[in-house]
Amino acid sequence: MNLMKFKKIYFLISLTFLIPGLISLLLFGLKPAIDFTGGSLLELHFSNQENFDLRENNFMDDLSKLYETSIVQSSGENKVIIKGKEINNQEKDELLSKLNESYGQAEVLRFETVGPILGAELLKKTLTAVFLVASIIAFYVWKQFDELKYGLCAILAMLHDSLILIGAFSLLGHFFNVEVDVLFVTALLTTLSFSIHDTIVVYDRIRELKRKHPRSSLENIANAAVLETLSRSINNSMTIIIMLLSLVVLGGDTIRWFVIALLIGAITGTYSSTFTAVPLLLVFEKKKN
Amino acid sequence: MKKRSLAKPLFLIFFLTLIAGFIALPDQFANFQKPKIDFYFLGKHIYKDYQLRKGLDIQGGMQVVLEAEMNEIPEEDKTIALEAAREVIAKRVDLYGISESSIQTSKANGQSRLIIELPGVSDPAEALELVGKTALLEFKLQRELTDEEIIEATRSPQVWLSSFVDTGLTGKQLKKSQAQLDPQTSKPTISLEMNEEGRELFAEITKTHVNEVLAIFIDGMPIMTPVISTPILDGKAVISGDFSVEEAKNLAIQLNAGALPVNIKVLEQKTIGASLGDESIQKSIKAGIIGLALVLFFMILYYGWLGFVASISLIIYAILTIALYKVLGVVLTLPGIAGLILTIGMAVDANILIFERMKEELRSGNPYARAMELGFGRAWDSIKDANLASIFTALVLINPLNFSFLNTSGMVKGFGLTFLIGTLLSLFTGVTVSRLLLRAFLPIFNRPKKEDGKSKL
Repeated sequence: MNLMKFKKIYFLISLTFLIPGLISLLLFGLKPAIDFTGGSLLELHFSNQENFDLRENNFMDDLSKLYETSIVQSSGENKVIIKGKEINNQEKDELLSKLNESYGQAEVLRFETVGPILGAELLKKTLTAVFLVASIIAFYVWKQFDELKYGLCAILAMLHDSLILIGAFSLLGHFFNVEVDVLFVTALLTTLSFSIHDTIVVYDRIRELKRKHPRSSLENIANAAVLETLSRSINNSMTIIIMLLSLVVLGGDTIRWFVIALLIGAITGTYSSTFTAVPLLLVFEKKKN
Repeated sequence: MKKRSLAKPLFLIFFLTLIAGFIALPDQFANFQKPKIDFYFLGKHIYKDYQLRKGLDIQGGMQVVLEAEMNEIPEEDKTIALEAAREVIAKRVDLYGISESSIQTSKANGQSRLIIELPGVSDPAEALELVGKTALLEFKLQRELTDEEIIEATRSPQVWLSSFVDTGLTGKQLKKSQAQLDPQTSKPTISLEMNEEGRELFAEITKTHVNEVLAIFIDGMPIMTPVISTPILDGKAVISGDFSVEEAKNLAIQLNAGALPVNIKVLEQKTIGASLGDESIQKSIKAGIIGLALVLFFMILYYGWLGFVASISLIIYAILTIALYKVLGVVLTLPGIAGLILTIGMAVDANILIFERMKEELRSGNPYARAMELGFGRAWDSIKDANLASIFTALVLINPLNFSFLNTSGMVKGFGLTFLIGTLLSLFTGVTVSRLLLRAFLPIFNRPKKEDGKSKL
């Protein structure tokens, strides 16, 4: 079986996942959380209310008169998350006492306030971290496999995974108000490491086969390497996906989107090592000849 | 021959798992109360109580990032001033009775910051009052006490405190304080330098009250009660006493907190109720256990008895991880738990790599035992290379050197740390432990399965 014959199909599959996300990214961008923009987040639990429903009563209208909100969403039974402009403790207490008049005593589950300076700083730190990880890994792969093209292709595969993940969150942000926060960045960095983890395993096999059969073409060798590592790749992702899926289904709300980001990263990371990093290597090789 | 060489390492791993299992056990499990390590051995008291340290997002509490505004403080004193502010806040937090609080200073963007974590505090107003105040430094003279009052003062600290009277001399008139060594006795002393306004007032006080106590108060509590030995006219005093270098430094820091007043501005605050974390952790633990069971099931289903061995290694991995968290005092945050659960999924990777290699070697006609050894040897290169990349990423997330251009958030660090521990431990259990177990189990499983084993694999 020659898997590498279908290079175009693999690139096409990648594009079908990349393009919607990229379009969404251009049109809608990402929804940054208060971690990046500055602002306040208040999570309340109306324990006295029976079946507190955001849509049914006038809560949203009442709230918008009191406070400049950007997002109000339910976060579980009788629980609500309110995000909006930066307020201090006093302003929060005033808001609470007014809400208490009409909706009964609310328990504050979370109250977070981030100033605008810290937000901007975080963005810079994030970009630095992503850049740092990417360059360390590229350098490492280049040295390890003695050829720059391995490093380059590994980076391109990582870029592919990052863009799919970022694009997915742009779509999720537009349609489900999912925000991008510090944890998303963590998931992004972890995705980089997933991606490279699998890519190295395949490249490693290519290197080994090249030594064994120095006369074979790179295409044949790459094909054999992919075939030999495919079941390992799939099985390993299976166990990761099992763990992450059980967290998505059974875990708490606080880290759900973080886990979903990891899940997307794990899936695209597995796909890209076999179907992006290796075909790209062959494309580079062809160009050279 | 082989069997004998296996017994020792196998026993070691068994023993290690047993100890780790004991540490990893929760204190109370249904009706079972875990015995404490608390006994005397050869006359030495041995007491160990390992607890999982819970992060703010799990146990509830408050995190505040403060900016220390120091525009009026000269450049060369800024580091001292920040350290002083930190010390004073730490003292207040301690007095308030918050355990395991943490206060860090950091510099970023030309700003000096204090990052304060207060577990268990749920009232932001109260907490901000606690950390946001500028330290109040006062010099107070002790008035003469009657015999009756002296007796009473030994009984009640209140009475003793009320025997000190204000002098009008405060931190505003103190320029700077420093710990130094007395050139003659080479004992540590503390120097005080008054500003112009303070010099006259200080001279007046010291002239008229020689041999009396001039106590130094911070936030209404005395930190030192030195006696005036001679009048000091130039505003430069030296306090000598029986303190160590460390104590002298500490006292100077506290004095500076009053001398170099730092205004505090809140940059960020996060308050998390305890109930939120409790619920999340219960759910995460459940998810972790069910996920683990599914992974074990998958491995046994796909790899048969090899999968069974991998399952044992994975269980050992889980036990060792939790024990290591407790021993190292890893602060467990919700993202950290997600990291832990993620690494359980990744830990079998080494096993899968090895098993796939073994299958190949079997296919090319190698006998079982040889295929196993070859599988381990060949897979090691990939395992090593791939895991090194994970370790790089984890290190960037943890930012162990606290580079200011990288992330310093506790949540991200927590995730990075669990990711790193997971990667390292999985190398141990996935390679070393699995190999030992496979070698040990080989004679048991190999014989009856030999026939169909070849065709199946």
